[in-house]
Amino acid sequence: MIKELQAFYNRLKKQGLTPEQERVIELELKLIERYQDSGFDPQSSTRKMWQYNDLEILQNGAVMKMAYTSSQSIDDLIARDIQREKDGFPRKVRIGKMVKPSQDGDEKVVVVPTTVEEKLIHDQIRDNEEEGEGEGGSGEGEEGEVIGEQPVREEQGGQGGAGQGEGGAHETDSNAYDMGRILTEQFKLPNLKDKGKKRSLTRYTYDLTDKNRGFGQIIDKKATLRRLIETNIGLGRVQAGQQVNPNKLLISPADRVYRILSQEKDYESQAVVFFVRDYSGSMHGKPTELVVTQHVLIYSWLIYQYENQVETRFILHDTEAKEVDNFHTYYNLRVAGGTQVASAYKMVNDIVEEENLERDYNIYIFHGTDGDDWDTTGKETLPQLEKMLEYANRVGITVAENGYGISGSTEVEKYLKKSGLLDEKKDLLRLDVMKKESDESRLIEGIRKLIS
Amino acid sequence: MELISQHAKKIMEGCKERARDNGLTFQDESLEYIVTNRDLLELSPKNMIPTLYDYWVQDVEVLKEKGRYELYPSNPYETVINTRPAISFYNDNNPDWLNVMIFYHVIGHIDFFQNNLFFRHTWDYDFASRALSDKRMIAKLRSEKGRWVDYIIEFARAIDNLVGYHQELAKFSSPQQEKTLNRLDFYFDVFLQEVKKVSVASYVNEIERFNTLLQENPKEAENQYIESVQSKYAEFESLYTKYKETKKQKKNQDIFEFLMEHSEFLNKEENRWMLMVMEAVRATSLYFQPQIRTKILNEGWASFWHEELFLKDDRINGHEIDFAVVNARVTAMPRVGLNPYALGMRLFSYIEELGNKGRISHDYKYLQDKELREKFDKETDSGRDYIFLVRENCSDSMFINTFIDQDFVDLHKLFVTGKRLNKERMTWQYYVKSRDAEQYKKMVLDSLYHPPSVEIRVTDDNSLLLEHVFEDKPLVREYIKGTMLGIEYLWGGQVFLDTSEAMMRSAKLPAQGMRRDEKPPQEIVWKRVRYRMKDKVLSRKDLN
Repeated sequence: MIKELQAFYNRLKKQGLTPEQERVIELELKLIERYQDSGFDPQSSTRKMWQYNDLEILQNGAVMKMAYTSSQSIDDLIARDIQREKDGFPRKVRIGKMVKPSQDGDEKVVVVPTTVEEKLIHDQIRDNEEEGEGEGGSGEGEEGEVIGEQPVREEQGGQGGAGQGEGGAHETDSNAYDMGRILTEQFKLPNLKDKGKKRSLTRYTYDLTDKNRGFGQIIDKKATLRRLIETNIGLGRVQAGQQVNPNKLLISPADRVYRILSQEKDYESQAVVFFVRDYSGSMHGKPTELVVTQHVLIYSWLIYQYENQVETRFILHDTEAKEVDNFHTYYNLRVAGGTQVASAYKMVNDIVEEENLERDYNIYIFHGTDGDDWDTTGKETLPQLEKMLEYANRVGITVAENGYGISGSTEVEKYLKKSGLLDEKKDLLRLDVMKKESDESRLIEGIRKLIS
Repeated sequence: MELISQHAKKIMEGCKERARDNGLTFQDESLEYIVTNRDLLELSPKNMIPTLYDYWVQDVEVLKEKGRYELYPSNPYETVINTRPAISFYNDNNPDWLNVMIFYHVIGHIDFFQNNLFFRHTWDYDFASRALSDKRMIAKLRSEKGRWVDYIIEFARAIDNLVGYHQELAKFSSPQQEKTLNRLDFYFDVFLQEVKKVSVASYVNEIERFNTLLQENPKEAENQYIESVQSKYAEFESLYTKYKETKKQKKNQDIFEFLMEHSEFLNKEENRWMLMVMEAVRATSLYFQPQIRTKILNEGWASFWHEELFLKDDRINGHEIDFAVVNARVTAMPRVGLNPYALGMRLFSYIEELGNKGRISHDYKYLQDKELREKFDKETDSGRDYIFLVRENCSDSMFINTFIDQDFVDLHKLFVTGKRLNKERMTWQYYVKSRDAEQYKKMVLDSLYHPPSVEIRVTDDNSLLLEHVFEDKPLVREYIKGTMLGIEYLWGGQVFLDTSEAMMRSAKLPAQGMRRDEKPPQEIVWKRVRYRMKDKVLSRKDLN
């Protein structure tokens, strides 16, 4: 893979690159070598010293595996947090942080109110990412001998370590709809203005829409008057150019028009959201976390706005794009490759075209990237983007800077600004650039920018 | 929460008798409760202290970011709490034989709590009652001051790992405070050496001069001498006065005591209630400190005794195999990982054997001959006494540092496990990294609790300056802001924090013979930085 990328890089170099661009690309190539195709982050499968406790060890207690039933609802916690902000202290409750989309594709977002008790504590210096920290061990084996292996890509459910794994987390189960409501209400995210009605559903409501002459529930005065005039013209009682005397008009029973209750097909709006994420090497760590967290929040907000009528598609890209089927994979997968935004946009366009999504859906596309693009001028990306803007209700691009390049001048940001699309199609295309150190409130601020 | 049955209580009392006969010492009374999962739900955020004050964070999942809180172990989570009487918690349906084992384990903990000197400051009062009165006080304040009580709790908890635990302990072991030097001692010990930095020869001359005076006129010598000094050095007297003042100020206060005494904000009439809250948080933290610092010892000691006493117990005949199964789960050395029960227990057995053979001695320590070492046995049989000494006087770091040696590591085939990425196989490989005792020791020591040490000063413009003492470790950066925000509030003004940060740099010259594709070795460059928190805004600048 590296060879192909290298060749690609050389091709680009021939076309001319600035030193800054070269630096970024070379760095990314280096990261590839470092991480190779290392998928998920390593997780220790052993029990740390502090995870041993009497209740669990001695009494065989399954006590750690408890579902946390918080005595305070999320709403209370957030109300407290809003008050906190008014009192002049930064917010402390985070809600989107420990989102755990289930692995089986069942679209459930678990809202876990979390917080950190900040203290001055010692940190470790991590100088080598390929080497985990030392642990204890006992038994046979020469120095240097490999005694066990753990696949880098964890199989489903392969969680270990009490208190750290899934069992240990205290969850407040709530669905994405609730989270969307919280976001909308508590964080004052805007409501969607125009939902656009497109797809019909086999759902009926009853409304006074049908008309009936002679009898019914409510008289339709305007229609009745119109019929009445018609009848009287026919009878010659109303003539052009003459004063009409209302007292002289005749009323036939059939002239009375009523509205009656009738069954109506309801048209509800429905949306499909494409979440697109760069998963190349330079996205490792904080940028990925920021982008994914923001996408969870956006997803929740859309679910609320569309009252659950939202379909999601997840697309990951490095130099090539691929679709993954659930959020879990979308959240966790990591490769080390180059970056070509155009590949992902093209994939979105292809999917929309093939499945004819445009006819039935409101289409939203959210793209998260660290702003690197080997297509430095956007000459491949921009046409795809323009095509996208023809059908999309909103395209939101989040640039989470990875801190390798110069702030505020990533490739994506530069060519977007240069193209003028941001001004031209202000209603459709939004860009949000944030720093690596952004916190949750900044993320929500970003969402506001992307969707308002 | 309800008490265990009379039947089980009787078993417990039987265990206590047998434990006493074997030399353990502890208070007569103890309370045992059955807990349900529901109870545990409430107890665990409160570190098993049923009477601990309420705080909203207890209702929220506290985020344990990977790698961060592994270094910073959360508070102890135990079956036994160090109260008077000691309280322990049990599952409902343990069979009798298992209860016997657990009771012995619990008695081991109680004995440890009540005899280990690192718990000295918890011996004179019952923490459960103190916590209850604090809880009521906080509840009452909350009804008056509302959410502000929670802010104070939060800010106090942000610094509760910086409590002066060792200062607190020192009050018990060394009652006499460090003396203030008199003029004469100050002249010789400080003035000449540190201020004037005189040469050794002139220093000796001065002593000579004083001794001559002393011989001539023993009564007046000191005064005469000091007068001569004062006339020679005009600045001497003012320096001495200054020294006395700083000495007075430097009462070895921890950050809580310092803020509580010197913060003008906290000492305003309308804010004095905050002091009560802070004191409650401080006392709670001090109470937990020894528990975090004696995990290996405490669990090792309890495991050592549950095994020892269980096997001797006549009441459990026929359950040896059941016991073996549970005991193995508790005290087996894991292939990879660190089990404090197993390590502590083995270390105690090892020390006992050393003692029995008289190997804790100079004779053995300096014996070089391998064969003689192996055969060395003075049959002193003092091992049992010696482990009681260890249980009384050690903390985890002393225990590990003193007693893990190559013999111990070899005996139990211990090693440091390394973990590295194998790119071809896409796996994390665990491998035997080192069987060296020093490496093993270092690995264990690194995993122990070690909060940063911070020195406190007030600058001329009345700002608070915290100096993080450099120990080859940086602070977790993300948490600095939140912590300093709280300190600023409590101090009522600008706060500085000096700390060191590590930067990785590729060594300039690649090592000889290194392949070209190898990464150049990284070296750490330390940089001293100063954080400033003013009006809730954090800024940072380099100091050098």
